[in-house]
Amino acid sequence: MQRIVAVNAMAQANGIAPGQTLADARALLPQLAVVPEQPGHDARALGRLAEWCTRYTPWTAVDRADQCGSAGLWLDITGCAHLFGSEAALVDDLIARLKTFGFAARAGIADTPGAAWAWARFASSGDVAVPPVGQREAIAPLPVAGLRIDAATVEALHSLGLRRIGDLYNFPRASLPVRFGALLLQRLDQALGHIAEPLSPRQPPIAYRALIAFAEPISEPAGIAATVDNLLHDLCAQLAQRDQGGRRFELTAYRCDGTTDSLRIGTGVPSRDPAHLARLFAEKIEKIAPGFGIDTMALAAPVVETLPARQAPLAAHDAAFVDLTQLFDVLGTRLGHAQVMRLAMRASHIPERAVERVAAAAPVVPAQWPDTPRPLRLFQHPEPIEASAVLPDEPPFQFVWRGALHRVARAQGPERIAGEWWRERAPTRDYYRVEDTDGRRFWLYRDNFDEPRETRWFLHGLFG
Amino acid sequence: MTSPKLARLEALRHQLITEAVLGPAIAVAALDVPAIDAVLPWRGLPCGAVHEVAGAALDGAATGFCSMLLARLAGDGRSVLWVCPQDDLYGPGLVRFGLKAERLIVVRAHRPAEILWVIEEALRCRGLAAVLGEVSALSPTASRRLQLAARKSGVTALLLRQSAAAPVTTAVTRWHVVAASGPKQDASLAPRWRVDLVRCRGLLHGEEGYVSRWLVAWEADRLAVAPDLRDRPAIAAPYRMAR
Repeated sequence: MQRIVAVNAMAQANGIAPGQTLADARALLPQLAVVPEQPGHDARALGRLAEWCTRYTPWTAVDRADQCGSAGLWLDITGCAHLFGSEAALVDDLIARLKTFGFAARAGIADTPGAAWAWARFASSGDVAVPPVGQREAIAPLPVAGLRIDAATVEALHSLGLRRIGDLYNFPRASLPVRFGALLLQRLDQALGHIAEPLSPRQPPIAYRALIAFAEPISEPAGIAATVDNLLHDLCAQLAQRDQGGRRFELTAYRCDGTTDSLRIGTGVPSRDPAHLARLFAEKIEKIAPGFGIDTMALAAPVVETLPARQAPLAAHDAAFVDLTQLFDVLGTRLGHAQVMRLAMRASHIPERAVERVAAAAPVVPAQWPDTPRPLRLFQHPEPIEASAVLPDEPPFQFVWRGALHRVARAQGPERIAGEWWRERAPTRDYYRVEDTDGRRFWLYRDNFDEPRETRWFLHGLFG
Repeated sequence: MTSPKLARLEALRHQLITEAVLGPAIAVAALDVPAIDAVLPWRGLPCGAVHEVAGAALDGAATGFCSMLLARLAGDGRSVLWVCPQDDLYGPGLVRFGLKAERLIVVRAHRPAEILWVIEEALRCRGLAAVLGEVSALSPTASRRLQLAARKSGVTALLLRQSAAAPVTTAVTRWHVVAASGPKQDASLAPRWRVDLVRCRGLLHGEEGYVSRWLVAWEADRLAVAPDLRDRPAIAAPYRMAR
């Protein structure tokens, strides 16, 4: 049986309500337009809207409203309203923009999330904001459904004649949980501000953030790049004020059709140098598609580290270090940070495991390699060769590698390297350094030499 | 001609080669192989320029020669950067030629255009002593760009190619390094290379196709002309002024 899950204002006015069967609804209103529900679609759309709403405040969350049947968005606009003139101006802007995307929206502003929730849904007056510290009086005339409680609790309250939130103020507190469950008293206290209700944001809000809104949407790459420069100067000034440097930077472009696009860059050492960061963004900036135009851009530094202010004249080696770390950032941004590395020593006798690749910007530890002849190039995967030796424990007199025959002129070995017994497949290897008749020097080994028939030969590296 | 005149001529010629080609006050990294340094007009490898080293495929000789050059260029404590398409550079082997792991930055890039981009970006970074790029082919425009970037920053560029085909035209010196067989009775298998200076700014190459040729061996932590050739007369063609 098909049921109605959501209705718009016009359908509601004609008596259609969520929960009705589709047949009943069609009987009431034959011209009803029906769109099949796609599971998860609403939640995803709300998630995208929440992302877009970060243009007003970094702290946005989706209100899932699992029980009370009415989803929405939370915006904690504490300290953000002045950017738009006033709270009312912020809400007007938000509603107007949502309207252009095709959403009918209602908003409420209050000291507590609970009061704002009730106000947004049930307030009849035109005022969008509950006056500060006035939520007790403001929500008293609103229906009890405004307390974010399930339909059964609403029924139970109605059956006792409790229809307004204000009716509960005089009801004995102690008997509320007994009669209606613990949630009702909790919701009431949250709405009135007696107990705190933290919102869990979509993502942790970011302390360092800069934002620019345009009077007219922009789409020119030059305009985008210039905006990034301005944002970087703003953000770097914020970072400098508190002796911080960013390790991650996130640029978000808000398009005028309500979609967003974001870019992330990382640095090897904390940075607040606008010119350097602009260079890193320049590598990726073309990935931002302007679409129908970008009306707001924001830049945030989600990960910061302490970066003390530098003394004016840099020592020569410091300047070289800064120069190098900036190069690592530029290369890493385009190639991937794992591709820019140093070779470090690792405690292992197995040749391919004795070298570790570490981040280039990591602190440099001088490596003390053992003083045994080792090849210049070592293949990560030893290449199987067909080798011929006169006796099982002698170096080969010739071998075939990549289809070419090499005759061995001189050989040195074996150097026995035992496998690491705690690994499952780690046979002991006998390594030989051999020189072919052209003078090329190779590193060969054989394993499984206890079983002459199982012996396999490999070429592992090239010497200088 | 009298000898003061000859000396004056020699000084003028030296000035012409160094300053006209590479700009004034260039730094020079000596190879510390007297026989080779004596042939080079700068008495070593000029910094802030592009040098090209070609080798043979599946031969470590050119890699070894480059490690040695990089170690000499990094002598002042700065780092060097090595751009390679494969992940096969092995630290314990490089250190034998004096190239320490703490001085070496390895960048892996696969596409030729990416490798070129890395070389050019790195050449702008004065915190580096030298940049080595393993390249296959290079357009004249690209090699000119590298030359300009190197000259501007003073960072030396080495281009390592595993084949002798399609040389880079603007390199100041071009080398060809291949493995050479050692004496049968020597069991140490010390590195031995045949090093050809194929082209060099300011010097003419002979009819054999190279300016000069040496057989060198790596012994006791330094490069030297191979001992069994020391007593022979130098093969090097007398160097002449380029027209």
